[in-house]
Amino acid sequence: MRYDAIVIGAGMAGLAAGLRLALYGKKTLVLERHSRPGGLNSWYRAGGYHLDVGLHALTNYNPAAGRDAPLNRLLRRLRLSRAALKLAPQKESWILHYGAKLVFNNDFACLLDNAQARFPGAADGLRKLAAEARRHYMEDRFFTGESARARLPEFIAGPMLREMILMPVMFYGCAAQDDMDWGQFLIIFMSVFEEGLCRPEGGIRPIIDLLTERLAAAGGELRLRAGVHRVITSDGAATGVILDNGEVIESGAVYSSAGWVETAAMCPEMDPAGETAAGAGAMSFLETIHVLDRPAAQLGLDASIVFYNNAPRFAYRKPEAPVDLQSGVVCVAGNFGYETPPPFEQVRVTHIANPDYWMQAPDAQYHTAKDEWPVRSLAALPMDLPDFRSAIAFHDTFTPRTIKKFTGKLNGAVYGAPQKHPDGATPVPGLYVIGTDQGLLGVTGAMIGGVAVAARTALV
Amino acid sequence: MTADGIRQAIIQIISEIAPDEDLTGINPDEPLRDQVDLDSMDFLDIVMELRKRYSIEVPEKDYPQLATMSSTVGYLLPRMESL
Ligand SMILES: Cc1cc2nc3c(=O)[nH]c(=O)nc-3n(C[C@H](O)[C@H](O)[C@H](O)COP(=O)(O)OP(=O)(O)OC[C@H]3O[C@@H](n4cnc5c(N)ncnc54)[C@H](O)[C@@H]3O)c2cc1C
Repeated sequence: MRYDAIVIGAGMAGLAAGLRLALYGKKTLVLERHSRPGGLNSWYRAGGYHLDVGLHALTNYNPAAGRDAPLNRLLRRLRLSRAALKLAPQKESWILHYGAKLVFNNDFACLLDNAQARFPGAADGLRKLAAEARRHYMEDRFFTGESARARLPEFIAGPMLREMILMPVMFYGCAAQDDMDWGQFLIIFMSVFEEGLCRPEGGIRPIIDLLTERLAAAGGELRLRAGVHRVITSDGAATGVILDNGEVIESGAVYSSAGWVETAAMCPEMDPAGETAAGAGAMSFLETIHVLDRPAAQLGLDASIVFYNNAPRFAYRKPEAPVDLQSGVVCVAGNFGYETPPPFEQVRVTHIANPDYWMQAPDAQYHTAKDEWPVRSLAALPMDLPDFRSAIAFHDTFTPRTIKKFTGKLNGAVYGAPQKHPDGATPVPGLYVIGTDQGLLGVTGAMIGGVAVAARTALV
Repeated sequence: MTADGIRQAIIQIISEIAPDEDLTGINPDEPLRDQVDLDSMDFLDIVMELRKRYSIEVPEKDYPQLATMSSTVGYLLPRMESL
């Protein structure tokens, strides 16, 4: 059997790219090593609950905008109805930084008013920043090669507000430590603050189900428990793959969502000198899902998402300790505008983690640490959040090791390597990268990137 | 295929490409893009679906003929009559 396109990985990027390729009439096969699609954003059952692996919120909510809004454009390319996703908007989110608090919601004016009240004169700069972000997005460029920390003072004069704006943007999509590319900053700034946050009713599973159904309807195939061992080349160009079980499948092109370094490991022709092995995957996270025995509102937990940082400067970098409790993201999943409220309340708490520790700890130490750090994490949450510890009915934690185990991402690096490849091209003709190391991050970003690379390569 | 059949086929294709659009009451003589939110990529998708479903090639120079529903049906009728 020969395919036009093979997609490695059935995460958000692979499913979206596979569906778009199938819609182009390409004979498409999506191969996933796991028994379930979804990748970093799959779902599982534990303690009698259906849980999402990694979902706080989707970015780019923007209900009112027309076809130019990134999410609407994406859905159109995949021929999905926006109504079918049942997106529930956030209520309000907080940025807590070293004693200061900013509130934002899906109306950008809320952030402007809040910032202006706390930092007089700030609204003007934020408005300019939003215009700059929109301009950058319309130019269809991702990266500018400039430092976000160096460019931000042109728009935000005060260092405190700069840290407060950087924090959510970095948490939601920065693979590098300490600083990020200015272009990437602008895209995520727009995606989070201007276009806003939401959660799909029923979590990620209905979206994954919809994507897999549509893939099949468009004539594409999805094979689970089908890991790719090697990408094969002929005369230097990709011509197919060898599966873990030795099966050879030929195809005209191969799209890999495994990550750049991970793909190079499957295709030595991509990087004969082994150069890319360095620098991949310093940023990973520890996330605990706390299932509560009552709605969060009864506990006075009113925010949808809380981003917090207890130091004067936000340290977005690999910590010395196994987990950095100075900062974190707390998502109260019930505090979104659902039509039907979710069957149970959950609070998800995420911290930056040191992947070396979690990957290398001996098993016994690993399991002890996995029990202890969530307890310490709860004790370290900011005072603005009511204590919900007595309401926890069940909890489950994932570490960088869990992420590596289930997605193959080196070091459990959620956002991949700092070096991105926006056009998806690799040194091997016919082999493309999509997903995390293509450049756009998060659920929405991974899908947009997958579709963009599919369009760029399928039409030539 | 009859003119009416072709019209139905076009509506079917647009409803799949743009599932959130309301396609009832399309004025056949007004430009489609003024009535339905279609961008140039959507337009290419329509052309692609015509090729996939009915093996009809619409060369780029003929795209203007697909501006309204009436002109589209008029353009496709001689090409789809025998289907
Ligand atoms: C804890 C956590 C919380 C998160 N929270 C959010 C959030 O709130 N909002 C948001 O937008 N994003 C969030 N993300 C990020 C988001 O999940 C990812 O950016 C996105 O899902 C990445 O999709 P992807 O397809 O690029 O990669 P992946 O999901 O990693 O997909 C790659 C797939 O390829 C498969 N694969 C790898 N190698 C092979 C091989 N050799 N053969 C076959 N298959 C292979 C893997 O099993 C995997 O399924 C979170 C992630 C985590 C881990």
